[in-house]
Amino acid sequence: MFPDQFLFGVEVVINGLMAGVLYALVALGFVLIFKASGIFNYAQGVMALFAALTLVGIMDGQVPFSHLINAIFGTDVHHFGWHVPAFAAILMAIAVMVGLAWMVQHFIFRHLVGQEPIILFMATIGLAYLMEGFGDLMWGSDIKKLDVGIPQGGSFWIEEATAFLGGSNFYGFFIDQLDIVAAIVAIVLVVLLVAFAQYTKQGRAMRAVADDHQAALSVGISLSFIWVLVWSLAGFVALVAGIMWGAKSGVQFSLSLIALKALPVLILGGFTSIPGAIVGGLIVGVGEKLFEFLIGAPFLGGATENWFAYMLALVFLVFRPQGLFGEKIIERV
Amino acid sequence: MLYRESGDFSETYKADSQTFPIKFDRYRYYAVLIVAFLVIPLVINDYWANAVLVPFLIYAIAAIGLNILVGYCGQVSLGTGGFMAVGAYACYKLMTAFPEVSIMIHVVISGGITAAVVTVFGLPSLRIKGFYLAVATLAAQFFLVWLFNRVAWFYNYSSTGQITAPDRTVLGYLVTGPNTEAWSKYLICLVFLTISGIIARNLTRGSMGRRWSAIRDMDIAAEIIGVNPLTAKLSAFAVSGFFIGISGALFFAVYLGAVDVGESFGIQKSFLVLFMVIIGGLGSIFGSFAGAAMLVLLPVLLKNILVGALGWDTALAAHLEFIIVGALIIVFLIAEPHGLAQLWRVAKEKLRLWPFPH
Amino acid sequence: MKRLATATVAAVMAAAPVMADLVFPSLSYRTGAYASGGIPFADGYADYMTLLNERDGGIGGVMTRILECETGFNTEKGVECYEATKGEGALVYQPLSTGITYQLIPKVTADGIPLHSMGYGRTSAANGKVFSNIFNYPANYWNGASLVVNHLLELNGGDIKGKKLTLVYHNSAFGKEPIRTLEELSKKHGFELTTLAVDHPGQEQKSQWLQIRRERPDYVTMWGWGVMNQVAIQEAANIRFPMENFIGVWWSGAEIDVLPAGDAADGYKAITFHNVGDDFPLFDDLKTYVVDRGKAAGAGDQLGTVVYNRGLYAAMLASEAVRAAQKIHGVSDITPAMMRDGMEALEITEARMVELGMPNFGPSFKVSCENHGGPGTGAIAQWDATSKQWSLISDFMATDMSVIQPLIDADSAAFAAENNITAGCS
Repeated sequence: MFPDQFLFGVEVVINGLMAGVLYALVALGFVLIFKASGIFNYAQGVMALFAALTLVGIMDGQVPFSHLINAIFGTDVHHFGWHVPAFAAILMAIAVMVGLAWMVQHFIFRHLVGQEPIILFMATIGLAYLMEGFGDLMWGSDIKKLDVGIPQGGSFWIEEATAFLGGSNFYGFFIDQLDIVAAIVAIVLVVLLVAFAQYTKQGRAMRAVADDHQAALSVGISLSFIWVLVWSLAGFVALVAGIMWGAKSGVQFSLSLIALKALPVLILGGFTSIPGAIVGGLIVGVGEKLFEFLIGAPFLGGATENWFAYMLALVFLVFRPQGLFGEKIIERV
Repeated sequence: MLYRESGDFSETYKADSQTFPIKFDRYRYYAVLIVAFLVIPLVINDYWANAVLVPFLIYAIAAIGLNILVGYCGQVSLGTGGFMAVGAYACYKLMTAFPEVSIMIHVVISGGITAAVVTVFGLPSLRIKGFYLAVATLAAQFFLVWLFNRVAWFYNYSSTGQITAPDRTVLGYLVTGPNTEAWSKYLICLVFLTISGIIARNLTRGSMGRRWSAIRDMDIAAEIIGVNPLTAKLSAFAVSGFFIGISGALFFAVYLGAVDVGESFGIQKSFLVLFMVIIGGLGSIFGSFAGAAMLVLLPVLLKNILVGALGWDTALAAHLEFIIVGALIIVFLIAEPHGLAQLWRVAKEKLRLWPFPH
Repeated sequence: MKRLATATVAAVMAAAPVMADLVFPSLSYRTGAYASGGIPFADGYADYMTLLNERDGGIGGVMTRILECETGFNTEKGVECYEATKGEGALVYQPLSTGITYQLIPKVTADGIPLHSMGYGRTSAANGKVFSNIFNYPANYWNGASLVVNHLLELNGGDIKGKKLTLVYHNSAFGKEPIRTLEELSKKHGFELTTLAVDHPGQEQKSQWLQIRRERPDYVTMWGWGVMNQVAIQEAANIRFPMENFIGVWWSGAEIDVLPAGDAADGYKAITFHNVGDDFPLFDDLKTYVVDRGKAAGAGDQLGTVVYNRGLYAAMLASEAVRAAQKIHGVSDITPAMMRDGMEALEITEARMVELGMPNFGPSFKVSCENHGGPGTGAIAQWDATSKQWSLISDFMATDMSVIQPLIDADSAAFAAENNITAGCS
């Protein structure tokens, strides 16, 4: 009915949108923290890894720091022997991330109030190293399977339903079920976050802090509470991102590298906009997959996705230096 | 007491405006040079050269380059890994195409080629600022790595994609290749570092450096008083690219000898050099040295203590290394956000008066 | 700082016993992106050497010592580990990383220490006339590519003209190795070859597998390592690609690669140059002398897994080479140069493997100066998701040396020319 190349293109676009949503999930964490405290959190990817490791560790009943305990005391313990159901484990992991947020705020960023952005950035780099070593020490560096019950694999009914669109070489659109679940979760999360920011007292306080620290303090908003709140939210978003990505590829070190895929999304969407993260994610996802399909694979030998996402973001930036939805940069002389 | 400054005054303008106006500082500088050039080559061995000193020297050159861009001119760049790769591949192509020419000339020309490439990738800085620029330079990083992987001409159509440095000599002594003596590797890197340091110090002290600092501090105000942002920013990129290219060429030819671009010049390299610059102190040549020293020596030291002396499990030691490095960075930043260079400046000021308090 | 380091070195020297021993440095990676593959290999390597110490009192009466150094699969750390360990009388290096191997090839040759890059590294090192200190027996990547094609020929009654084979490879030196050979073989046998690169670390492969789903190749082969393997197998299962037509290289055929995909990975194949499973008398010895005595390098639960067996095999080959060296030179405490001679004269027979408790664990072969690459044979293993086990579905088969040998000669000649090496056998 339709030419095959066109249908393949549509399939690529749909999968690009799905991939974009997954990138946006990671980018959301960055946006939250940057919006409220002006810190570019290099450790967001490692936070996602740590959250996923904690979740798997709790679910499998692993003994934390087992390697260290065994080395010091000569014992051979690895598991407690119990299995915690997914939902309870997620709640416990959220509690751990809130605790982490409090510690980060109390021990690190409380002492760095008012420093230049690049110093704060460096502090998050130190935090990333710290959390990575700590996560490996606590839960081990071997790869772990994450199974919270999200289905994987192509969605059969979509494939069968759309097979009629093309000729004999077209087998229906392939859309991964995990991607569909991730897209729904991401949209729900964004809606909740935007609603939180607009309609709740704490959300408004967060926006006030993002606007002007001094003014927020002067109306009685507790800066440290808001920052703990924001880091906890970012931790929660990191957990969700960690679950989605970890379910796809197992929980191991490379999970922290997903943060790199979120950076072009941030540039496009603007560092300070929550809906911008989603829109940016969608644009980057579609753009890189479509480029790979049309030009990368046939003419340039493939593997172009990585750099094309950045090039795309760069081109956007030249025309709109603050990103699509970011706050306009006003410079005073 | 250490700084005997009374009686130490300049009689010419030239003497007054030299890099180290205080005699004690000058003598200290000469002493360091003497130890570095005359003493260390006599006592150095393979391990110290290959694992500690040569990487330190090479990263110090890269850190100087990046410090000029980030610290003096305020343009954050995360493309250092890719730019070092440009230096390395340029050096490789030159070495294999013109084997009779001395490697010193090849390294300098690689620096020039890298300067040109970096200037092109610096063009967006005229429109984009701050962290946005940093992420834009990542485009350069990923693109360059992909390019060197994909285009076979860069690695002379070898089936593996890796480039290997052929043996080259300077004044009759081998400097590249596996049979190189430890001291000759060390000396050639030291020569390049010293010359780079001198050039960088004088550039940043002169009008060029003042233009860069003006752009960094308030670029609109600078433009109003007549600093051309186009030439200032692009010259910062060019000079920075020159030093980074030299360090990339030496990294490939002298230190490693064979590189796979994805592994050796990946994003980790860019972040590593940026960390060195920030920890060492932005806007300070000494800071580049200090940051490079800390980030090269600290992991090796930790490894030797944890695994060597305490005999711990290597995986445990590697994890602890991460934790200790991360914690040190954070503690350090809380204690002194302006880096090791600031600590040094404060220490020097106090030393000048010691034992008097003020 | 220098004082501290000197004191450290002095302390270590004072603490180390002053008796002769055979030093085997283990450049392992127990952290980083490839830890899941590095840990079992290092464990297997260490456990075999511990077994020799505990059961036999060493090799030829001299105890073995493993010097482990963490590289994290990073080239610079690999160089640092090499420099730190070479002075301790290191007999043979096995970095388990193609990148580090390339780094070390000129260095070990200059320092006179042999390097065994078993089934990885620079393939043309099989030409011992140019690469005097580098060995890659029993098989290399080009053998592997030919093995995959031979298996396809077997499945199709000897004729694969017009069939489509796609190579999914890690975008690095390691992943690109089989491309030349596969291109030559595709010309020879008439099949169509497509190559799909996957960027490091290989966490995202949706585009590549969607392309495979569109193009519907008959067979897919993979050259991956680390997380790329798990993701590829998961994606292949997602697009419902028939697993028995998916064949991975030996570095893509371990339990950690297939377990995450669960039952969907049933039928996945991989090539291998050694046997799989723990149904060998050697494992009883390992249990008695190593695991039960608490001297296992890891948690003791990896015995019999594919990569652990590879570590055992590497250690076995190293220890047999030591024996050969001891016989040739008549001393027990050998030097690295003697080790190199031992490796060049190594002969592994089925009888010897039975003696060691590893019957049919690998091919029988003999190393010579011209051929540092061994016989180039390998077998096909298949994964059974219900019993969660790998098992061999073929014997050790030969590969097409008529295609591979000219490529080896050409590449090693180019290396010799670039580096002014005179080829020749002593």
